[in-house]
Amino acid sequence: MKKPLLHVLLPAAAGVAFLAVWQGAHLSLSEDSRFLLPSPGGVWQAMLDHRESLIRATLNTAEGALAGFGLAVVVSTVISVLLSLSPWVRRAFYPYLMALQMTPLPVLAPICVIWVGAGLKSVALLTFVISFFPLVVNTTQGLISTDRHLVELFQLYGARPWQNLVLLRIPAALPYFFTGLRIAATIAPIGAVVADMNAGTSAGDGGGLGFRAVIFASQAKYAALFATAVTTCVLGFLLNALVLLIAWISLHHWHDSYERTDR
Amino acid sequence: MSAPNLVEFRDVAKCFGDGPAVLSGVNLSARPGDLVALIGPSGCGKSTLLRLVAGLSPLSGGELIVDGRSPGEAAGELAFVFQEANLLPWLTVAQNVEVPLRLRGAPAAERARARERVLELVRLAERADAYPRQLSGGQKMRVSLARALSVSPRILLLDEPFGALDEMTREHLNEELLGIREATGWTAFFVTHSVAEAVFLSSRIVVMAANPGRVHAEINVPLAYPRTAETRVSREYLDLVAQVSRVLRSVEDATGPAAP
Ligand SMILES: Nc1ncnc2c1ncn2[C@@H]1O[C@H](COP(=O)(O)OP(=O)(O)OP(=O)(O)O)[C@@H](O)[C@H]1O
Ligand SMILES: [Mg+2]
Repeated sequence: MKKPLLHVLLPAAAGVAFLAVWQGAHLSLSEDSRFLLPSPGGVWQAMLDHRESLIRATLNTAEGALAGFGLAVVVSTVISVLLSLSPWVRRAFYPYLMALQMTPLPVLAPICVIWVGAGLKSVALLTFVISFFPLVVNTTQGLISTDRHLVELFQLYGARPWQNLVLLRIPAALPYFFTGLRIAATIAPIGAVVADMNAGTSAGDGGGLGFRAVIFASQAKYAALFATAVTTCVLGFLLNALVLLIAWISLHHWHDSYERTDR
Repeated sequence: MSAPNLVEFRDVAKCFGDGPAVLSGVNLSARPGDLVALIGPSGCGKSTLLRLVAGLSPLSGGELIVDGRSPGEAAGELAFVFQEANLLPWLTVAQNVEVPLRLRGAPAAERARARERVLELVRLAERADAYPRQLSGGQKMRVSLARALSVSPRILLLDEPFGALDEMTREHLNEELLGIREATGWTAFFVTHSVAEAVFLSSRIVVMAANPGRVHAEINVPLAYPRTAETRVSREYLDLVAQVSRVLRSVEDATGPAAP
């Protein structure tokens, strides 16, 4: 009974300590340079002041991030299945998948803008690109790492190729898939914000958090800039929490990475 | 001549790639109802021999006839119990047991009937909803055995199924296995490192020699079935254990590494 309480108290205490240090650092600055590090209270105030534009920007970024992330999950799963078919296919295509990952987002952004226009579509497309790689690498690895003994068991009982895939290789790859998913969920919101800075637009109410940050910076609204950063963090945490929940639901019965409940 | 052979090796040879011969000149047969124990030094090709029967690996020479057909064609008649339980960790005991019938496209009702029957046989009916990681080593092996029995095989291949278990559990499962055999009656090849286990279970013991793997001796076990805990202390049984141990020792001395 003590443990769950500790799980909440520890991070809470660390959070309070962090805010105290932050406040201390703010106060230690001379009066006229305090604008460089707004106080926690100041940031909170900015968040309230700009709540309408921040909420709208958060929803826009979340939409782009989720669309890109979701698309990456679907496409990477299909591609992983194809890649798992033979080592030749992997050898042929891996270098190009790597190349896609090596290209920096700010370089890809203008290309996306040319193709699909600035705004949500570009943000989703760029988020897709950045989430895709960890997913495809991990899922493919999982699909080709099936226990050889289990493969033989299936062979012995005359499994068809689709049965091999659906009943054996895909479930066996799930832990790997979720490893990729957690990495992707961490970088997808970052990707969406960076994409928004480079390929966002304020047309309609299309601006996301990246676009907001650029505007606040240009207006020297530093407290609001910090508030945008905090909002971005919260968004990332929520996406991660969602992924952890789904992973827990699918794996905790059987996978060794989760504690046994019957001990 | 009585019933024809269910499994027959004729001068069978096996090598992997261009490696050395793993099996050479193997002649061996089993009639319906035989329980043949395979025993011999490590690496002499016992597992390989079973894998040939199961059609998991092709022959390199000679002929192997299983139920009048080639091993691959007869796959529907047999089941394999591997050294490790090899359960799918994401499925419950019940679902694991149903895997072979599911792969063969059996309807749900038939699968459920088979599942209930075999879980009853291995006395694990009340653990049907457990996941493999919640089971003990012996329980996992029993699930593995139940899974093999679910297809009502005519030929059962067992590769040291109880090798990793303690003496007590192993003896207990041996008795259980013979009990199930009374009820279902299959022909079996049983690989083991334990002379006692070989004598207790089998109707015939094949002692193999290594490099290349071949049949060194065949010893009949004329003990009457059903065999029970009583059998283990009988004069006849103890004499046979001593005899098989001597033969096995002579093979291991001849082919094993020189003693220091
Ligand atoms: N896939 C393979 N490729 C190459 N060599 C193999 C392969 N499988 C087995 N061998 C070789 O064949 C020989 C016989 O192996 P096998 O597993 O049949 O022995 P075994 O009698 O079952 O031994 P143990 O009692 O230790 O299980 C060994 O020398 C082994 O190295
Ligand atoms: Mg072996």
